[in-house]
Amino acid sequence: MHASTLRRACAALAAATSLALALTACGGTTKNDVKDDSGAASSAGKADPDAATKKGLTVGFLPKQVNNPYFTTSDKGGEKALAELGSTYKEVGPSSATDTSGQVSYVNTLTQQQVDAIAVSAQDPGALCTALKQAMTNGIKVVTYDSDTNPGCRNAFISQASAEDLGRTEVQLLAEQIGYKGEIAVLSAAQTATNQNTWIGYMKDELKDPKYRNVKLVKVAYGNDDAQQSFQQTQGLLQEHPDLKGIISPTTVGIKAAAQYLSGSKYKGRVKLTGLGTPNDMRKYVRNGTVDAFELWDPAKLGDLAARTAVALASGQITGKEGETFKAGSTTCTIGKDGVINLGKPTVFDAKNIDRFDF
Amino acid sequence: MPESLTRAVRWDTVVGALLIVLLLFSFTFVAGFGNALNLSFLIGNTLPIALIALPMTLLVVAGEIDLSVASTAGLSGAVMGRLWNEGMAIETIIPVCLLLGVVCGLVNGLLVTRLGLPSLAVTIGTLAAYRGIAQIVLGSDAVTDFPAQYLQFAAGRLGDSFLPQAFLPFLVLLVIAVLVLHATPFGRSLFAIGAGEEAARFAGIRVRRHKLVLFTVTGLMASLTGVFWALHYASARYDNATGLELSVVAAVLLGGIDFDGGRGTLGGAVAGVFLLGALQNVMSLLNVSAQSQIVVTGVLLVISVLGPRVARQIALARAAGSTG
Repeated sequence: MHASTLRRACAALAAATSLALALTACGGTTKNDVKDDSGAASSAGKADPDAATKKGLTVGFLPKQVNNPYFTTSDKGGEKALAELGSTYKEVGPSSATDTSGQVSYVNTLTQQQVDAIAVSAQDPGALCTALKQAMTNGIKVVTYDSDTNPGCRNAFISQASAEDLGRTEVQLLAEQIGYKGEIAVLSAAQTATNQNTWIGYMKDELKDPKYRNVKLVKVAYGNDDAQQSFQQTQGLLQEHPDLKGIISPTTVGIKAAAQYLSGSKYKGRVKLTGLGTPNDMRKYVRNGTVDAFELWDPAKLGDLAARTAVALASGQITGKEGETFKAGSTTCTIGKDGVINLGKPTVFDAKNIDRFDF
Repeated sequence: MPESLTRAVRWDTVVGALLIVLLLFSFTFVAGFGNALNLSFLIGNTLPIALIALPMTLLVVAGEIDLSVASTAGLSGAVMGRLWNEGMAIETIIPVCLLLGVVCGLVNGLLVTRLGLPSLAVTIGTLAAYRGIAQIVLGSDAVTDFPAQYLQFAAGRLGDSFLPQAFLPFLVLLVIAVLVLHATPFGRSLFAIGAGEEAARFAGIRVRRHKLVLFTVTGLMASLTGVFWALHYASARYDNATGLELSVVAAVLLGGIDFDGGRGTLGGAVAGVFLLGALQNVMSLLNVSAQSQIVVTGVLLVISVLGPRVARQIALARAAGSTG
């Protein structure tokens, strides 16, 4: 009996395959037929830099993950800025950083609640597009912060520092700590995280410089922005590569977990750790000698700028086109190519300055 | 009269009634719920769960389960993205993905029926394996540039109505599933298998073959869901639909399908799916935090396993009371 079942299954497979091949022969829609819909969102209406800043707006913050300390700080920055501007802040978001469909439904919910603007940190460059475009057709302004979508799916992107600066400076920071010699590894977040992958790209490019000829990147590990997984990945890295001299972890969750592991192991101080972390998370490890220096932008400033940009968009002062300017607090911001607004160079934290920061 | 009372406390009727109550409540009291756009969001986000719930109901009725469905969906999305990047036509890719789902389902089915392994264990294994293959196939890529007409089909609405375009094909599949389970000898024999496999075998039902067919169809539907998911969210990634199997199982159990097999209706399962979907939508509109939503879903799950048993006890007591 099972021989006949198998035979029938094989026949069905063959039939379906030939059908598929026949369809190919007839042509069809391929990648080449589809035009890329990047390019900044076609901005309806004209910007009026002198327009009054509207009050009483509602701006919805949608981080990659709620209750992630980094996003909490960043969104608090947004909340403060909105209070100053006389508008209302609200935050919604999924509890997992890889729940893409959850993020989509939150965009839909915000659209439904008719907020004036959405500030979102995208888990995935494409997945939010349909929902965000729908939001924009409903008159909602969309700002991405920290992690971008395709440029066509939002009005502006607040970049936390140029990706190039971050990637390169982290390599420079670590190379200096290990004396430009030895094996290094990267402990990243999710394998799909847009920003992480861009930074790692620049790290690899920076490493091509001849001055790093004795520095070798042996592995990129992924801790999925989960403390336990990042901790285990760090353990794994050191087991696999006993000669490892340094780790770069460009994620606040990852660097903390790695520091936690190192500080309790025989590798403390021998294996250097740097990357992106928050001063409050890392203070203890800087003090006990596990970590020499790490860097970050100020996430509160990132949220602040996202909020101010959202309000400027909703007030009609800007539309997201390159070259437009608007006042954000005491400084004037200029919109760059593809609607990108840069926050500025990252800050390096070490034993000398870390106590001056509280976030 | 007692007989209609007995019917009234059947769990699937209870779930259907709960769904109607929730909808009435939301239309009246929840701002933004009743308009066409929100209803289309609700249905669109629930469709992937509903699609897999159809074959899953049949499987659970027959006393088996497939936990690898979300991974099969993810794998199908990953293969879709990879082949699209390789320049293959989407009209070819979709049948290939569906075929792949058939193979995944067949593997599950053969492991369960030929080797006599418990489906819970087998499909936990293939859950990991299929997801791993998906990651190997597509790596960390997110493929988003699928043709607009396909994206429109998966995410768009019928005109300005509240129905997503993809709802009509789902209705067709739903009708087929209802007919198969409740109006064919095959469907009846699934209840028999679920109620007592040995007895079914002695009654001349080809138990192993029926199960193999079910697993294969489940694989096919899972891969169809994977394709739909990738187009609906315009994103083919290896981790698409992660955790979807739990939503499906939760909804099916909530719909009154007995986890031990042999009992349940598709009407109940579909009511369960949309009850969970509507509840999530309403909680989001009411600004209930993601964490609290998870708690509510979990509590509902426990109730849903408990509920049908209590309902049955009540029904039995009533029946005994009316005769005695």
